[in-house]
Amino acid sequence: MGKYSIRYFLHEGLHSIVVHGFMSFAAVTVIAACLLIIGTFSLVAYNIDVLIDSLEAQNEIAIYIDESYTREQALALEAQLRSIDNVSDVIFVSKEELFDDYLETLGEDAVIMEDLRDDNPLRDSYRIIMKDVSLHAETVEALEQVAGVAETNSQKELSDRLLQIRQVVNAVSYTLIALLGAISVFIISNVVRLAMFARREEISIMKMVGATNGFIRVPFVIEGVALGLMAAVVAFFAQWGVYRYIVSGLMQGIAMFDMVPFDAFALPLLGALILAGLGLGVGGSVLTIRRFLKV
Amino acid sequence: MVKLLDTYKTYDNGTKALKGVTLTIEDGEFVFIVGPSGSGKSTIIKMLAAEVRPTSGKVMVNGFNIGAIRQREIPYLRRTIGVVFQDFRLIENKSVHENVAFVMRAVGASPRAIKKRVPYVLDLVGILHKSRRLPGELSGGEQQRVAIARALVNNPSLIIADEPTGNLDPARSFELMTLLEKINMLGTTVVVVTHEKELVNQFEKRVVTIDGGIVISDKTGGYYSERMNLYYGNGQIQH
Ligand SMILES: Nc1ncnc2c1ncn2[C@@H]1O[C@H](COP(=O)(O)OP(=O)(O)OP(=O)(O)O)[C@@H](O)[C@H]1O
Ligand SMILES: [Mg+2]
Repeated sequence: MGKYSIRYFLHEGLHSIVVHGFMSFAAVTVIAACLLIIGTFSLVAYNIDVLIDSLEAQNEIAIYIDESYTREQALALEAQLRSIDNVSDVIFVSKEELFDDYLETLGEDAVIMEDLRDDNPLRDSYRIIMKDVSLHAETVEALEQVAGVAETNSQKELSDRLLQIRQVVNAVSYTLIALLGAISVFIISNVVRLAMFARREEISIMKMVGATNGFIRVPFVIEGVALGLMAAVVAFFAQWGVYRYIVSGLMQGIAMFDMVPFDAFALPLLGALILAGLGLGVGGSVLTIRRFLKV
Repeated sequence: MVKLLDTYKTYDNGTKALKGVTLTIEDGEFVFIVGPSGSGKSTIIKMLAAEVRPTSGKVMVNGFNIGAIRQREIPYLRRTIGVVFQDFRLIENKSVHENVAFVMRAVGASPRAIKKRVPYVLDLVGILHKSRRLPGELSGGEQQRVAIARALVNNPSLIIADEPTGNLDPARSFELMTLLEKINMLGTTVVVVTHEKELVNQFEKRVVTIDGGIVISDKTGGYYSERMNLYYGNGQIQH
Protein backbone atom coordinates (compact mmCIF):
# COMPACT_ATOMS: atom_id res chain seq x y z
CA MET A 1 0.00 0.00 0.00
CA GLY A 2 1.78 3.10 -1.21
CA LYS A 3 2.20 6.30 0.71
CA TYR A 4 0.58 8.05 -2.23
CA SER A 5 -2.71 6.43 -1.47
CA ILE A 6 -3.92 8.51 1.45
CA ARG A 7 -5.40 11.27 -0.68
CA TYR A 8 -6.99 8.68 -2.91
CA PHE A 9 -8.51 6.84 0.07
CA LEU A 10 -9.93 10.01 1.58
CA HIS A 11 -11.22 11.23 -1.74
CA GLU A 12 -12.88 7.94 -2.62
CA GLY A 13 -14.36 7.39 0.83
CA LEU A 14 -15.74 10.89 1.26
CA HIS A 15 -16.82 11.18 -2.35
CA SER A 16 -19.11 8.24 -1.91
CA ILE A 17 -20.81 9.97 1.03
CA VAL A 18 -21.57 12.93 -1.22
CA VAL A 19 -22.71 10.77 -4.13
CA HIS A 20 -25.14 8.93 -1.87
CA GLY A 21 -26.02 12.19 -0.15
CA PHE A 22 -29.54 11.42 0.94
CA MET A 23 -28.65 7.96 2.17
CA SER A 24 -25.68 9.36 4.07
CA PHE A 25 -27.78 12.11 5.58
CA ALA A 26 -30.44 9.66 6.69
CA ALA A 27 -27.81 7.34 8.15
CA VAL A 28 -26.08 10.12 10.07
CA THR A 29 -29.42 11.35 11.41
CA VAL A 30 -30.58 7.96 12.61
CA ILE A 31 -27.23 7.05 14.13
CA ALA A 32 -27.00 10.46 15.83
CA ALA A 33 -30.48 9.88 17.24
CA CYS A 34 -29.37 6.49 18.57
CA LEU A 35 -26.29 8.02 20.15
CA LEU A 36 -28.39 10.82 21.61
CA ILE A 37 -30.81 8.41 23.25
CA ILE A 38 -27.96 6.33 24.63
CA GLY A 39 -26.18 9.50 25.76
CA THR A 40 -29.24 10.90 27.51
CA PHE A 41 -29.79 7.74 29.48
CA SER A 42 -26.14 7.55 30.37
CA LEU A 43 -26.18 11.15 31.59
CA VAL A 44 -29.25 10.52 33.70
CA ALA A 45 -27.50 7.52 35.23
CA TYR A 46 -24.41 9.63 35.75
CA ASN A 47 -26.37 12.35 37.54
CA ILE A 48 -28.02 9.81 39.78
CA ASP A 49 -24.58 8.42 40.59
CA VAL A 50 -23.24 11.81 41.51
CA LEU A 51 -26.28 12.46 43.65
CA ILE A 52 -26.00 9.13 45.42
CA ASP A 53 -22.35 9.78 46.11
CA SER A 54 -23.03 13.17 47.54
CA LEU A 55 -25.88 11.85 49.67
CA GLU A 56 -23.84 8.96 50.93
CA ALA A 57 -21.02 11.28 51.84
CA GLN A 58 -23.33 13.23 54.12
CA ASN A 59 -22.63 12.29 57.69
CA GLU A 60 -25.56 14.19 59.08
CA ILE A 61 -28.88 13.05 60.46
CA ALA A 62 -31.63 15.48 61.43
CA ILE A 63 -33.84 14.57 64.35
CA TYR A 64 -37.05 16.36 65.33
CA ILE A 65 -38.19 16.70 68.91
CA ASP A 66 -41.69 15.84 69.98
CA GLU A 67 -43.97 18.91 69.93
CA SER A 68 -45.01 18.35 73.53
CA TYR A 69 -41.47 19.02 74.69
CA THR A 70 -40.62 22.46 75.92
CA ARG A 71 -37.53 24.24 74.74
CA GLU A 72 -35.79 23.34 78.04
CA GLN A 73 -36.70 19.70 77.73
CA ALA A 74 -35.50 19.70 74.17
CA LEU A 75 -32.18 21.27 75.07
CA ALA A 76 -31.80 18.79 77.87
CA LEU A 77 -31.65 15.92 75.40
CA GLU A 78 -28.25 16.98 74.11
CA ALA A 79 -26.20 15.09 76.68
CA GLN A 80 -28.09 11.88 76.06
CA LEU A 81 -27.70 12.26 72.29
CA ARG A 82 -24.01 12.89 72.67
CA SER A 83 -23.56 9.68 74.62
CA ILE A 84 -24.74 7.54 71.68
CA ASP A 85 -22.04 5.58 69.89
CA ASN A 86 -20.89 6.99 66.56
CA VAL A 87 -22.19 10.45 67.34
CA SER A 88 -19.38 12.92 67.02
CA ASP A 89 -21.28 16.17 67.32
CA VAL A 90 -24.72 17.43 68.17
CA ILE A 91 -26.02 20.84 67.13
CA PHE A 92 -29.30 22.21 68.35
CA VAL A 93 -31.43 24.01 65.76
CA SER A 94 -34.47 25.79 67.09
CA LYS A 95 -37.69 25.80 65.14
CA GLU A 96 -37.26 29.56 64.61
CA GLU A 97 -33.93 29.00 62.96
CA LEU A 98 -35.44 26.28 60.81
CA PHE A 99 -38.23 28.62 59.79
CA ASP A 100 -35.75 31.31 58.79
CA ASP A 101 -33.74 28.80 56.79
CA TYR A 102 -36.89 27.69 55.09
CA LEU A 103 -37.94 31.25 54.22
CA GLU A 104 -34.51 31.80 52.78
CA THR A 105 -34.87 28.94 50.35
CA LEU A 106 -38.19 30.38 49.18
CA GLY A 107 -36.65 33.72 48.22
CA GLU A 108 -39.25 36.21 47.02
CA ASP A 109 -42.16 33.93 47.74
CA ALA A 110 -41.27 34.11 51.42
CA VAL A 111 -43.66 36.99 52.03
CA ILE A 112 -46.65 34.68 51.88
CA MET A 113 -45.22 32.56 54.65
CA GLU A 114 -44.34 35.53 56.86
CA ASP A 115 -47.76 35.34 58.52
CA LEU A 116 -46.94 31.90 59.82
CA ARG A 117 -44.01 33.11 61.86
CA ASP A 118 -46.08 33.42 65.03
CA ASP A 119 -47.69 30.10 64.48
CA ASN A 120 -44.54 28.21 63.45
CA PRO A 121 -45.53 24.67 62.37
CA LEU A 122 -41.95 23.40 62.60
CA ARG A 123 -40.32 21.54 65.46
CA ASP A 124 -37.11 22.01 67.37
CA SER A 125 -34.41 19.80 66.02
CA TYR A 126 -30.87 18.59 66.29
CA ARG A 127 -28.28 18.00 63.62
CA ILE A 128 -26.44 14.83 64.52
CA ILE A 129 -22.99 14.40 63.00
CA MET A 130 -21.83 10.81 62.64
CA LYS A 131 -18.27 9.58 63.08
CA ASP A 132 -18.67 6.74 60.61
CA VAL A 133 -21.17 7.06 57.77
CA SER A 134 -21.34 3.31 57.26
CA LEU A 135 -22.88 2.85 60.73
CA HIS A 136 -25.81 4.96 59.60
CA ALA A 137 -28.57 2.42 60.23
CA GLU A 138 -27.41 1.58 63.76
CA THR A 139 -27.10 5.23 64.62
CA VAL A 140 -30.60 6.04 63.42
CA GLU A 141 -31.95 3.16 65.47
CA ALA A 142 -30.17 4.38 68.60
CA LEU A 143 -31.43 7.92 68.06
CA GLU A 144 -34.99 6.73 67.71
CA GLN A 145 -34.70 4.97 71.10
CA VAL A 146 -34.24 8.33 72.80
CA ALA A 147 -37.45 9.54 74.44
CA GLY A 148 -38.57 12.80 72.88
CA VAL A 149 -37.20 12.10 69.42
CA ALA A 150 -40.27 12.19 67.23
CA GLU A 151 -38.68 11.67 63.85
CA THR A 152 -35.31 11.11 62.26
CA ASN A 153 -34.58 12.29 58.82
CA SER A 154 -31.50 11.46 56.83
CA GLN A 155 -30.73 11.22 53.16
CA LYS A 156 -30.14 7.49 53.47
CA GLU A 157 -33.63 6.45 52.41
CA LEU A 158 -33.46 8.78 49.46
CA SER A 159 -30.10 7.42 48.45
CA ASP A 160 -31.37 3.85 48.71
CA ARG A 161 -34.32 4.74 46.53
CA LEU A 162 -32.01 6.40 44.03
CA LEU A 163 -29.85 3.31 44.00
CA GLN A 164 -32.86 1.30 42.88
CA ILE A 165 -33.74 3.85 40.24
CA ARG A 166 -30.20 3.82 39.00
CA GLN A 167 -30.26 0.06 38.60
CA VAL A 168 -33.33 0.38 36.41
CA VAL A 169 -31.76 3.22 34.42
CA ASN A 170 -28.60 1.15 33.99
CA ALA A 171 -30.52 -1.86 32.75
CA VAL A 172 -32.38 0.33 30.29
CA SER A 173 -29.11 1.99 29.22
CA TYR A 174 -27.38 -1.30 28.53
CA THR A 175 -30.35 -2.60 26.58
CA LEU A 176 -30.44 0.59 24.55
CA ILE A 177 -26.71 0.50 23.91
CA ALA A 178 -26.98 -3.05 22.58
CA LEU A 179 -30.13 -2.40 20.57
CA LEU A 180 -29.38 1.04 19.14
CA GLY A 181 -25.72 0.09 18.65
CA ALA A 182 -26.79 -2.88 16.56
CA ILE A 183 -29.19 -0.68 14.58
CA SER A 184 -26.40 1.82 13.93
CA VAL A 185 -23.96 -0.85 12.79
CA PHE A 186 -26.66 -2.24 10.54
CA ILE A 187 -27.33 1.16 9.00
CA ILE A 188 -23.66 1.88 8.36
CA SER A 189 -23.15 -1.56 6.91
CA ASN A 190 -26.02 -0.93 4.51
CA VAL A 191 -24.72 2.42 3.35
CA VAL A 192 -21.32 0.84 2.79
CA ARG A 193 -22.95 -2.08 1.02
CA LEU A 194 -24.67 0.38 -1.30
CA ALA A 195 -21.37 2.11 -1.97
CA MET A 196 -19.64 -1.19 -2.68
CA PHE A 197 -22.46 -2.35 -4.88
CA ALA A 198 -22.33 0.87 -6.87
CA ARG A 199 -18.65 0.22 -7.40
CA ARG A 200 -18.63 -3.53 -7.79
CA GLU A 201 -17.23 -3.20 -11.29
CA GLU A 202 -14.35 -1.09 -10.06
CA ILE A 203 -13.74 -3.49 -7.20
CA SER A 204 -13.63 -6.50 -9.50
CA ILE A 205 -11.20 -4.74 -11.81
CA MET A 206 -9.04 -3.71 -8.88
CA LYS A 207 -8.94 -7.31 -7.72
CA MET A 208 -8.11 -8.43 -11.21
CA VAL A 209 -5.12 -6.12 -11.50
CA GLY A 210 -3.77 -7.16 -8.14
CA ALA A 211 -4.99 -4.59 -5.63
CA THR A 212 -4.83 -6.09 -2.17
CA ASN A 213 -8.04 -6.51 -0.21
CA GLY A 214 -6.62 -4.06 2.29
CA PHE A 215 -6.29 -1.41 -0.38
CA ILE A 216 -9.77 -2.03 -1.74
CA ARG A 217 -11.24 -1.97 1.75
CA VAL A 218 -9.80 1.32 3.01
CA PRO A 219 -12.09 3.82 1.22
CA PHE A 220 -15.14 1.95 2.46
CA VAL A 221 -13.86 1.83 6.02
CA ILE A 222 -13.19 5.56 5.73
CA GLU A 223 -16.74 6.07 4.54
CA GLY A 224 -18.14 4.10 7.48
CA VAL A 225 -15.91 5.87 9.96
CA ALA A 226 -16.77 9.29 8.51
CA LEU A 227 -20.48 8.52 8.86
CA GLY A 228 -19.93 7.38 12.45
CA LEU A 229 -17.91 10.46 13.31
CA MET A 230 -20.40 12.85 11.75
CA ALA A 231 -23.16 11.15 13.73
CA ALA A 232 -21.04 11.51 16.89
CA VAL A 233 -20.55 15.24 16.38
CA VAL A 234 -24.23 15.80 15.59
CA ALA A 235 -25.16 13.75 18.65
CA PHE A 236 -22.82 15.81 20.81
CA PHE A 237 -24.46 19.10 19.94
CA ALA A 238 -27.93 17.60 20.15
CA GLN A 239 -26.98 16.23 23.57
CA TRP A 240 -25.88 19.66 24.63
CA GLY A 241 -29.24 21.13 23.69
CA VAL A 242 -31.24 18.33 25.26
CA TYR A 243 -29.24 18.45 28.47
CA ARG A 244 -29.62 22.20 28.80
CA TYR A 245 -33.30 21.80 28.26
CA ILE A 246 -33.52 19.17 30.97
CA VAL A 247 -31.50 21.27 33.41
CA SER A 248 -33.20 24.58 32.80
CA GLY A 249 -36.69 23.55 31.76
CA LEU A 250 -37.60 20.22 33.18
CA MET A 251 -35.65 20.15 36.43
CA GLN A 252 -36.25 23.78 37.40
CA GLY A 253 -39.64 22.94 38.86
CA ILE A 254 -38.32 20.15 41.06
CA ALA A 255 -35.14 21.83 42.15
CA MET A 256 -34.49 19.44 44.99
CA PHE A 257 -31.05 18.67 43.68
CA ASP A 258 -28.61 20.21 41.25
CA MET A 259 -27.69 18.46 38.03
CA VAL A 260 -24.07 18.29 36.97
CA PRO A 261 -23.41 21.19 34.57
CA PHE A 262 -22.82 20.15 30.94
CA ASP A 263 -19.38 21.76 30.86
CA ALA A 264 -18.20 19.39 33.57
CA PHE A 265 -18.37 16.37 31.26
CA ALA A 266 -18.53 17.92 27.78
CA LEU A 267 -15.06 16.77 26.78
CA PRO A 268 -15.27 13.19 28.06
CA LEU A 269 -18.73 12.98 26.47
CA LEU A 270 -17.38 14.15 23.13
CA GLY A 271 -14.56 11.64 23.47
CA ALA A 272 -16.95 8.82 24.25
CA LEU A 273 -19.24 9.74 21.35
CA ILE A 274 -16.31 9.89 18.95
CA LEU A 275 -15.07 6.51 20.11
CA ALA A 276 -18.58 5.13 19.70
CA GLY A 277 -18.81 6.68 16.22
CA LEU A 278 -15.46 5.19 15.28
CA GLY A 279 -16.46 1.79 16.59
CA LEU A 280 -19.80 1.83 14.80
CA GLY A 281 -18.15 3.00 11.58
CA VAL A 282 -15.42 0.39 11.59
CA GLY A 283 -17.84 -2.32 12.73
CA GLY A 284 -20.46 -1.47 10.13
CA SER A 285 -18.11 -1.23 7.20
CA VAL A 286 -15.97 -4.25 8.07
CA LEU A 287 -19.10 -6.34 8.45
CA THR A 288 -20.14 -5.62 4.87
CA ILE A 289 -16.69 -5.59 3.30
CA ARG A 290 -15.76 -9.01 4.61
CA ARG A 291 -18.71 -10.56 2.89
CA PHE A 292 -18.20 -8.52 -0.27
CA LEU A 293 -14.52 -9.24 -0.76
CA LYS A 294 -14.74 -13.02 -0.57
CA VAL A 295 -13.27 -14.88 -3.59
CA MET B 1 6.50 -18.72 -17.55
CA VAL B 2 3.31 -20.77 -17.56
CA LYS B 3 3.36 -24.48 -16.89
CA LEU B 4 0.38 -26.80 -16.55
CA LEU B 5 1.22 -30.37 -15.65
CA ASP B 6 -1.50 -33.01 -15.91
CA THR B 7 -4.03 -30.47 -14.70
CA TYR B 8 -7.57 -31.47 -13.83
CA LYS B 9 -10.44 -29.20 -12.93
CA THR B 10 -13.76 -30.46 -11.71
CA TYR B 11 -16.22 -27.68 -10.80
CA ASP B 12 -18.33 -27.92 -7.67
CA ASN B 13 -21.31 -29.10 -9.68
CA GLY B 14 -19.31 -32.05 -10.98
CA THR B 15 -18.50 -30.67 -14.45
CA LYS B 16 -15.12 -31.94 -15.53
CA ALA B 17 -13.72 -28.92 -17.40
CA LEU B 18 -10.09 -30.02 -17.64
CA LYS B 19 -9.04 -33.64 -17.80
CA GLY B 20 -5.27 -33.70 -17.75
CA VAL B 21 -3.89 -30.65 -19.53
CA THR B 22 -0.13 -30.41 -19.92
CA LEU B 23 1.12 -27.19 -21.47
CA THR B 24 4.21 -25.03 -21.22
CA ILE B 25 4.36 -21.42 -22.40
CA GLU B 26 7.80 -19.87 -22.35
CA ASP B 27 8.42 -16.19 -21.65
CA GLY B 28 8.01 -14.09 -24.76
CA GLU B 29 5.75 -16.53 -26.61
CA PHE B 30 2.53 -15.68 -28.44
CA VAL B 31 0.00 -18.48 -28.11
CA PHE B 32 -3.53 -18.90 -29.43
CA ILE B 33 -5.77 -21.24 -27.50
CA VAL B 34 -8.62 -22.48 -29.65
CA GLY B 35 -11.31 -25.07 -29.30
CA PRO B 36 -15.06 -25.57 -29.33
CA SER B 37 -17.44 -24.03 -26.84
CA GLY B 38 -17.26 -25.65 -23.43
CA SER B 39 -13.91 -27.28 -24.13
CA GLY B 40 -12.21 -25.62 -21.15
CA LYS B 41 -10.40 -22.61 -22.66
CA SER B 42 -11.75 -20.05 -20.23
CA THR B 43 -11.11 -22.43 -17.38
CA ILE B 44 -7.42 -22.47 -18.29
CA ILE B 45 -7.33 -18.67 -18.55
CA LYS B 46 -9.06 -18.25 -15.20
CA MET B 47 -6.66 -20.70 -13.65
CA LEU B 48 -3.70 -18.60 -14.76
CA ALA B 49 -5.11 -15.67 -12.76
CA ALA B 50 -5.99 -17.94 -9.80
CA GLU B 51 -9.69 -17.29 -10.26
CA VAL B 52 -10.14 -21.03 -10.25
CA ARG B 53 -7.79 -23.56 -8.72
CA PRO B 54 -6.78 -26.89 -10.18
CA THR B 55 -8.43 -29.95 -8.69
CA SER B 56 -5.21 -31.86 -9.28
CA GLY B 57 -2.01 -31.49 -11.19
CA LYS B 58 0.42 -28.63 -11.01
CA VAL B 59 -0.04 -25.11 -12.39
CA MET B 60 2.85 -22.65 -12.21
CA VAL B 61 2.45 -19.05 -13.38
CA ASN B 62 5.36 -16.60 -13.16
CA GLY B 63 6.78 -18.52 -10.24
CA PHE B 64 3.48 -18.85 -8.32
CA ASN B 65 2.07 -22.31 -7.65
CA ILE B 66 -1.65 -21.80 -8.35
CA GLY B 67 -2.66 -25.00 -6.59
CA ALA B 68 -1.10 -23.89 -3.34
CA ILE B 69 -1.20 -20.09 -3.58
CA ARG B 70 -2.35 -18.28 -0.46
CA GLN B 71 -5.23 -15.85 -0.66
CA ARG B 72 -3.02 -12.92 0.21
CA GLU B 73 -0.44 -13.82 -2.43
CA ILE B 74 -2.99 -13.69 -5.22
CA PRO B 75 -2.77 -9.88 -5.71
CA TYR B 76 0.97 -10.23 -6.26
CA LEU B 77 0.46 -12.99 -8.83
CA ARG B 78 -2.09 -10.80 -10.60
CA ARG B 79 0.32 -7.89 -10.80
CA THR B 80 2.41 -10.02 -13.12
CA ILE B 81 -0.57 -10.64 -15.41
CA GLY B 82 -2.63 -8.32 -17.58
CA VAL B 83 -6.16 -9.52 -18.33
CA VAL B 84 -8.31 -8.56 -21.34
CA PHE B 85 -11.97 -9.55 -21.56
CA GLN B 86 -14.37 -9.99 -24.42
CA ASP B 87 -16.68 -7.31 -22.99
CA PHE B 88 -13.84 -4.82 -22.28
CA ARG B 89 -15.02 -4.18 -18.71
CA LEU B 90 -14.18 -0.49 -18.58
CA ILE B 91 -15.65 1.75 -15.92
CA GLU B 92 -18.33 3.78 -17.66
CA ASN B 93 -18.09 6.97 -15.65
CA LYS B 94 -14.31 7.24 -15.73
CA SER B 95 -12.41 8.76 -18.62
CA VAL B 96 -10.06 6.65 -20.73
CA HIS B 97 -7.13 8.11 -18.83
CA GLU B 98 -8.78 7.43 -15.46
CA ASN B 99 -9.65 3.87 -16.43
CA VAL B 100 -5.98 3.17 -16.95
CA ALA B 101 -4.60 5.38 -14.18
CA PHE B 102 -6.76 3.86 -11.50
CA VAL B 103 -5.28 0.38 -11.88
CA MET B 104 -1.83 1.86 -11.33
CA ARG B 105 -3.09 3.59 -8.23
CA ALA B 106 -4.65 0.32 -7.11
CA VAL B 107 -1.20 -1.20 -6.84
CA GLY B 108 0.21 1.84 -5.05
CA ALA B 109 1.98 3.67 -7.88
CA SER B 110 3.01 7.28 -7.28
CA PRO B 111 1.17 10.11 -9.03
CA ARG B 112 4.39 10.88 -10.88
CA ALA B 113 4.77 7.37 -12.20
CA ILE B 114 1.11 7.40 -13.24
CA LYS B 115 1.50 10.69 -15.06
CA LYS B 116 4.43 9.31 -17.00
CA ARG B 117 3.23 5.81 -17.71
CA VAL B 118 -0.46 6.24 -18.65
CA PRO B 119 0.11 8.45 -21.72
CA TYR B 120 2.84 6.07 -22.80
CA VAL B 121 0.60 3.00 -22.87
CA LEU B 122 -2.32 4.95 -24.33
CA ASP B 123 -0.01 6.03 -27.10
CA LEU B 124 1.24 2.47 -27.54
CA VAL B 125 -2.31 1.25 -28.21
CA GLY B 126 -3.03 4.30 -30.38
CA ILE B 127 -5.73 5.93 -28.27
CA LEU B 128 -3.83 8.77 -26.61
CA HIS B 129 -5.79 11.42 -28.50
CA LYS B 130 -9.00 10.20 -26.85
CA SER B 131 -7.79 10.02 -23.25
CA ARG B 132 -10.45 12.40 -22.02
CA ARG B 133 -13.34 10.55 -23.56
CA LEU B 134 -15.65 8.27 -21.64
CA PRO B 135 -15.74 4.62 -22.74
CA GLY B 136 -19.30 5.08 -24.02
CA GLU B 137 -18.02 7.62 -26.52
CA LEU B 138 -15.64 5.11 -28.12
CA SER B 139 -16.12 2.36 -30.69
CA GLY B 140 -15.77 -1.27 -29.61
CA GLY B 141 -12.31 -1.50 -31.12
CA GLU B 142 -11.22 1.64 -29.31
CA GLN B 143 -12.65 0.40 -26.04
CA GLN B 144 -10.72 -2.83 -26.39
CA ARG B 145 -7.55 -0.82 -26.99
CA VAL B 146 -8.16 0.98 -23.72
CA ALA B 147 -8.65 -2.39 -22.05
CA ILE B 148 -5.33 -3.52 -23.47
CA ALA B 149 -3.66 -0.33 -22.26
CA ARG B 150 -5.09 -1.05 -18.83
CA ALA B 151 -3.81 -4.62 -18.95
CA LEU B 152 -0.37 -3.33 -19.91
CA VAL B 153 0.00 -0.39 -17.63
CA ASN B 154 1.38 -2.23 -14.60
CA ASN B 155 3.98 -3.77 -16.87
CA PRO B 156 2.96 -7.44 -16.58
CA SER B 157 5.11 -10.17 -18.03
CA LEU B 158 2.04 -12.03 -19.29
CA ILE B 159 -1.11 -10.82 -21.04
CA ILE B 160 -4.10 -13.16 -21.11
CA ALA B 161 -7.05 -12.34 -23.35
CA ASP B 162 -10.23 -14.42 -23.39
CA GLU B 163 -11.89 -13.82 -26.75
CA PRO B 164 -10.76 -10.20 -26.96
CA THR B 165 -12.18 -9.85 -30.48
CA GLY B 166 -15.52 -11.45 -29.71
CA ASN B 167 -17.31 -8.10 -29.92
CA LEU B 168 -15.34 -6.66 -32.84
CA ASP B 169 -15.75 -6.80 -36.61
CA PRO B 170 -13.08 -8.63 -38.64
CA ALA B 171 -11.11 -5.50 -39.54
CA ARG B 172 -11.04 -4.33 -35.89
CA SER B 173 -10.16 -7.85 -34.79
CA PHE B 174 -7.18 -7.89 -37.12
CA GLU B 175 -6.00 -4.52 -35.85
CA LEU B 176 -6.33 -5.65 -32.30
CA MET B 177 -4.40 -8.85 -32.91
CA THR B 178 -1.70 -6.80 -34.62
CA LEU B 179 -1.53 -4.66 -31.53
CA LEU B 180 -1.15 -7.72 -29.32
CA GLU B 181 1.57 -8.95 -31.65
CA LYS B 182 3.37 -5.62 -31.27
CA ILE B 183 3.10 -5.87 -27.49
CA ASN B 184 4.46 -9.40 -27.71
CA MET B 185 7.39 -8.18 -29.72
CA LEU B 186 8.14 -5.68 -26.94
CA GLY B 187 8.69 -8.70 -24.71
CA THR B 188 5.37 -9.56 -23.09
CA THR B 189 4.06 -13.13 -23.25
CA VAL B 190 0.61 -13.14 -24.85
CA VAL B 191 -2.01 -15.87 -24.55
CA VAL B 192 -5.18 -15.32 -26.60
CA VAL B 193 -8.29 -17.47 -26.55
CA THR B 194 -10.30 -17.13 -29.71
CA HIS B 195 -12.89 -18.77 -31.90
CA GLU B 196 -11.83 -16.93 -35.00
CA LYS B 197 -10.26 -19.30 -37.43
CA GLU B 198 -9.46 -16.69 -40.07
CA LEU B 199 -7.70 -14.55 -37.57
CA VAL B 200 -5.61 -17.38 -36.18
CA ASN B 201 -4.60 -18.40 -39.67
CA GLN B 202 -3.50 -14.87 -40.53
CA PHE B 203 -0.92 -14.88 -37.76
CA GLU B 204 1.52 -17.71 -37.90
CA LYS B 205 1.72 -18.32 -34.19
CA ARG B 206 1.66 -21.29 -31.89
CA VAL B 207 -1.86 -22.71 -31.73
CA VAL B 208 -2.98 -24.92 -28.86
CA THR B 209 -6.25 -26.70 -29.50
CA ILE B 210 -8.36 -27.82 -26.55
CA ASP B 211 -11.26 -30.21 -26.82
CA GLY B 212 -13.15 -31.94 -24.05
CA GLY B 213 -10.74 -30.66 -21.45
CA ILE B 214 -7.55 -31.96 -23.05
CA VAL B 215 -4.98 -30.59 -25.48
CA ILE B 216 -5.61 -32.29 -28.81
CA SER B 217 -3.03 -30.40 -30.83
CA ASP B 218 -0.19 -27.96 -30.24
CA LYS B 219 1.46 -26.59 -33.35
CA THR B 220 3.85 -23.75 -33.94
CA GLY B 221 3.38 -21.53 -36.97
CA GLY B 222 0.04 -23.19 -36.93
CA TYR B 223 -3.51 -23.18 -38.07
CA TYR B 224 -6.68 -24.51 -36.69
CA SER B 225 -6.35 -28.28 -36.80
CA GLU B 226 -8.31 -30.32 -39.33
CA ARG B 227 -10.46 -31.51 -36.52
CA MET B 228 -11.34 -27.93 -35.72
CA ASN B 229 -12.44 -27.34 -39.26
CA LEU B 230 -14.83 -30.14 -38.66
CA TYR B 231 -16.42 -28.21 -35.83
CA TYR B 232 -16.81 -25.13 -37.92
CA GLY B 233 -18.14 -27.27 -40.71
CA ASN B 234 -20.94 -28.76 -38.63
CA GLY B 235 -21.96 -25.35 -37.44
CA GLN B 236 -21.18 -25.64 -33.72
CA ILE B 237 -19.42 -22.34 -33.96
CA GLN B 238 -20.49 -19.79 -36.48
CA HIS B 239 -18.15 -17.46 -38.06
N1 LIG C 1 -18.17 -21.89 -12.65
C1 LIG C 1 -18.52 -23.01 -13.25
N2 LIG C 1 -19.20 -23.95 -12.58
C2 LIG C 1 -19.55 -25.09 -13.16
N3 LIG C 1 -19.24 -25.43 -14.41
C3 LIG C 1 -18.53 -24.55 -15.13
C4 LIG C 1 -18.13 -23.31 -14.58
N4 LIG C 1 -17.44 -22.62 -15.52
C5 LIG C 1 -17.41 -23.40 -16.61
N5 LIG C 1 -18.05 -24.57 -16.39
C6 LIG C 1 -18.19 -25.69 -17.30
O1 LIG C 1 -16.89 -26.15 -17.60
C7 LIG C 1 -16.78 -26.47 -18.96
C8 LIG C 1 -15.69 -25.67 -19.61
O2 LIG C 1 -16.06 -24.32 -19.56
P1 LIG C 1 -15.18 -23.13 -20.15
O3 LIG C 1 -15.82 -21.86 -19.79
O4 LIG C 1 -13.78 -23.34 -19.72
O5 LIG C 1 -15.32 -23.39 -21.71
P2 LIG C 1 -14.80 -22.53 -22.94
O6 LIG C 1 -13.89 -23.40 -23.69
O7 LIG C 1 -14.27 -21.24 -22.48
O8 LIG C 1 -16.15 -22.30 -23.75
P3 LIG C 1 -16.58 -21.04 -24.62
O9 LIG C 1 -15.84 -21.15 -25.91
O10 LIG C 1 -18.04 -21.22 -24.83
O11 LIG C 1 -16.24 -19.79 -23.87
C9 LIG C 1 -18.15 -26.22 -19.58
O12 LIG C 1 -18.85 -27.43 -19.61
C10 LIG C 1 -18.81 -25.27 -18.61
O13 LIG C 1 -20.19 -25.46 -18.61
MG1 LIG D 1 -14.82 -19.21 -22.69
